[in-house]
Amino acid sequence: MSDPAIIRLQIDGQAVEVRSGSNVAAAIAQATLYFHRSPSGQPRAPLCGMGVCFECRVDIDGVGQLRACMIPAREGMRVRTDG
Amino acid sequence: MAERAGEHYDVLIAGAGPAGLAAAHTAASHGARVGLIDAQARPGGQVWRHDIASPLPRAARKVIDSLSDRIEFLAQTQVLMAQERSLLVDSPRGARRLSYGALVLATGARELLLPFPGWTLPGVTGAGGAQALAKQGWPMTGKRVLVAGSGPLLLAAAATLRAHGAHVLGILEQAPQRAVQGFAASLVRWPGKAAQALTLRARLLGIPYRTGTLVRAAFGEDRLRMAEIEGPHGVERIECDHLAVGYGLVPNVELAQLLGCQLQRSGAHAQVAVDESLRTSVEHVYAAGEACGIGGRDTALIEGEMAGHHAVGASVAAAALQSHRRHARAFAERLRQSFALRPRVHALAAEETLICRCEDVPLSALQGFTSLREAKLATRCGMGACQGRICGAALVELGWFPQSDNPDDGRRPPLFPIRLATLAESFSIDSQGVLP
Repeated sequence: MSDPAIIRLQIDGQAVEVRSGSNVAAAIAQATLYFHRSPSGQPRAPLCGMGVCFECRVDIDGVGQLRACMIPAREGMRVRTDG
Repeated sequence: MAERAGEHYDVLIAGAGPAGLAAAHTAASHGARVGLIDAQARPGGQVWRHDIASPLPRAARKVIDSLSDRIEFLAQTQVLMAQERSLLVDSPRGARRLSYGALVLATGARELLLPFPGWTLPGVTGAGGAQALAKQGWPMTGKRVLVAGSGPLLLAAAATLRAHGAHVLGILEQAPQRAVQGFAASLVRWPGKAAQALTLRARLLGIPYRTGTLVRAAFGEDRLRMAEIEGPHGVERIECDHLAVGYGLVPNVELAQLLGCQLQRSGAHAQVAVDESLRTSVEHVYAAGEACGIGGRDTALIEGEMAGHHAVGASVAAAALQSHRRHARAFAERLRQSFALRPRVHALAAEETLICRCEDVPLSALQGFTSLREAKLATRCGMGACQGRICGAALVELGWFPQSDNPDDGRRPPLFPIRLATLAESFSIDSQGVLP
């Protein structure tokens, strides 16, 4: 039996584990700090941590522009960053 | 397509932090059917955010765990548009229309994040921002963290970061020492706050607290490596992995603006104008807590309760809370005075510092414009994904473009960027649930 307190997901193809209750942003931070790129190509990571700044936006299971800080991590999620 | 519109609530509450939760319990205690919406997955707001490492305070658990069956909590739900006595929302179940008898705006506050050279580097976050991220599992173990900015939130953030394994190098408070000491001395008027402060102090033992000190730049190639700080003893560079900088809070007034509620200003920033009964200028719409001016958790709980009474017409019960409200608001006022931002904080951004992070607009590009609207049209400042929530508040604080109180000058829907599919759904709801 797998441990229900641990959630496994993929960040840019890399397997990552987080504790249950973590958000997607925390899972991404295990793999990379580069969540998305600004219009001039600068790497960006979360700033506000509460859904306001949109600096944490990524693609989750094929849906783009989602705020990683607002979405609880779920088993099997596939996340793509711009990093 | 199924008609997903049509839910009706006697009292609909926007925001499930302390104010919204208190309003929900109170309205439900009068027998009202209550809808409680929040953009987050769990109730609690920012101050009672779920922490994966430790249980919530007992007061929070009491309020959050006892939502009665008359209260429907609508998680991960965001307002897109306001219509006649109803809100169009985006939720995990798609676009929905929620109609109401009374609406309580308990939209809370966000952190005031101010630009300085290097603030766009990964590894730089807000102070409350770092706290929120850590509570939801952001890896902090062994990280060297500097906490900086202003206000007591820095202490709470540092305590959370330490509990999550961070090595907190120091807490840098921009306010001068005499202001902070004066504030500490005034806590005798609010014994509950004094007790909180003592508990925090114990949790922060050994962490240097430096007043009159601020972060003036962050350095690193493509992520933070070092911070440059400036204080009474000069300039110093400190290597660190994470910089958590926040300059206090600003009210979230976007939904109030969308509804056409009159705003007023406290200092530079707008807040929702309410009367003694917490009524806004729009009929059937009340506001409570931080949205009406930064007042802290105690104010939010009291005003939420008052708004919950008023929303169902129980004005006598609400009036009994008026003196508690004044006492709590007085504390907030003391806080505001003590941690007023020094002019130096407003002068940190350099010509090339990006002000609008969404569209990469530097400070130099904003020169010569008389209003934010003008600057926006010419430079795209404030037109990115955050819709000016970060740079707009920063520019107002920096005194670049004064904020308008005019409700006619307000927000245009949608309140948040939405997917085209959601927008399409919303149109089908508008046309009585029939797809065009």
